[in-house]
Amino acid sequence: MSMPPRAMIAVDHVSQWFGDGAGRTTALQDVTMVIAPGEFVSLIGPSGCGKSTLLRIIGDLIAPTEGRVRVNGKSPREARLARDYGIVFQSPVLYDWRTVLRNVELPLEVMGFPRQEWAERAERMLALVGLEQFRAHYPWQLSGGMQQRVSIARALAFSPPILLMDEPFGALDELTRERMNQELLTIWAQTHNTVVFVTHSIAEAVFLSNRVVVLSPRPGRIEKIVEVALPHPRGSATRQDPRFFELVTRVRAALRVE
Amino acid sequence: MSKASPAPAHGSAGPSPSGGPPGGRVRGVIVLAVVLAGMALWEGVKAVWRIPDFKLPHTYAILGELFRRTGAGELWVVALGRNALVTGREAAVGFLAGGIAGFAIAVAFISWPLMEQGLLPYVVASQTVPILAIAPMVVVWLGTGWFSKAIIASYLTFFPVAINALRGLRAVEPDALALMRSYGANRRQIFFKLRLPASVPYLFTALKISATASVVGAIIGELPVGSSAGMGVVIINAAQYYTFRPTNLWAAILIAALLGIAFYFLVAGAERVLMRGQRPPAEEGIA
Repeated sequence: MSMPPRAMIAVDHVSQWFGDGAGRTTALQDVTMVIAPGEFVSLIGPSGCGKSTLLRIIGDLIAPTEGRVRVNGKSPREARLARDYGIVFQSPVLYDWRTVLRNVELPLEVMGFPRQEWAERAERMLALVGLEQFRAHYPWQLSGGMQQRVSIARALAFSPPILLMDEPFGALDELTRERMNQELLTIWAQTHNTVVFVTHSIAEAVFLSNRVVVLSPRPGRIEKIVEVALPHPRGSATRQDPRFFELVTRVRAALRVE
Repeated sequence: MSKASPAPAHGSAGPSPSGGPPGGRVRGVIVLAVVLAGMALWEGVKAVWRIPDFKLPHTYAILGELFRRTGAGELWVVALGRNALVTGREAAVGFLAGGIAGFAIAVAFISWPLMEQGLLPYVVASQTVPILAIAPMVVVWLGTGWFSKAIIASYLTFFPVAINALRGLRAVEPDALALMRSYGANRRQIFFKLRLPASVPYLFTALKISATASVVGAIIGELPVGSSAGMGVVIINAAQYYTFRPTNLWAAILIAALLGIAFYFLVAGAERVLMRGQRPPAEEGIA
């Protein structure tokens, strides 16, 4: 396995624990990995393995107890302030009191983009996720899948190089999830973001990723990294591909290791 | 994907014919039916237990009382309305002052948690002191004009606003804060773009409580000796010769209640306008 030529995200001997003494829980133990620019990497593991914690450390929402992270040659904090991260959570976290368009404009407002750019950028993002005709709707009027698409549009509105996604489709039904996977790949093909994607769906991880990082149960360590060499563009045919099944089986086997 | 229909307006859910206020006529019929049923129950109780008029007058006698002339030749309902306006002004000032003070307290507590730890017990304690005991002192300190009554009204109104605003300003999903953090938002942006709008539904719950409480507060402020006008004065006078003319007091109570209801609906109406388009609340109160 060759190292990627240049690192967009470098995680270097990162450990994370919460609490102290007897009540101390170790969430992550000595995690080291490198993600190349434009790569789509999934983090998968059992509940409580610290995959979301790792995502939040990369995004500077939590500081690691030990180790360090470099993002685009900067510290996570510098990267955050440089607007390098678009984040999508499992819950869409849309503002009830804002229309779809105004939700997508939110980061532009906060970051001080020129006012005349807000609507144009936001509408471009809504077109990207196929929701342009819902611009004047309020979030509660949309289905769960549509809300999550608004959330993706919002995360991309300021063109961040990195997209961090924390189980974004975990609350959706299987069919919607597969459709959203397909749409995410279509979006990614246009935006070329570096994506870190947390999931506990094996099929989703294999379908989307260049590499799947399998974490062990708590404390989370890197159990195995599975390279996914399936060709792009991927679609429903990919899910029928014997190589797809073989990769799913390999990830599942890595997850079973105690 | 089909072309979306325009957003349904807040509160228009349910089968209502297009045009006109949704269900307005149905609601009117219901309100009228409840009033008539209440009057029937009143008269029924009075008949079955043979309650004399000086204890419980007839409902029609109370309504009739509204249209009697006073010694000065004025219709009683006009005199009551005049006094209700006095009380209403005091209550309105008290409502606004109390609302502003309550919200300011909540913002201060959110901004400086130490302040909340130190002062919240006193805010709570303030509400355990009987307002009836404080009112005469406030009137002595500030005079018998409208100002002292407004202050007494605000004493009752700031508390629900402070407590609910505090809750509302905190009712923010942790991930919504994380999102703002990822945008590099400063404290001011987090307050104005996230916490403040998120607190609005909570604020309106509090303001509806405060609206009626402000009327009660103003009336209590009018009870101490020295006041010359207002529903509190009317009620005190009518109560003194209740057995002689019970309908007098009941008519005053009716008008005072209508004043409180009017305050409530003003706030509820403002809420509907402001929250237009937003998710209809799960637990819908009246209006």
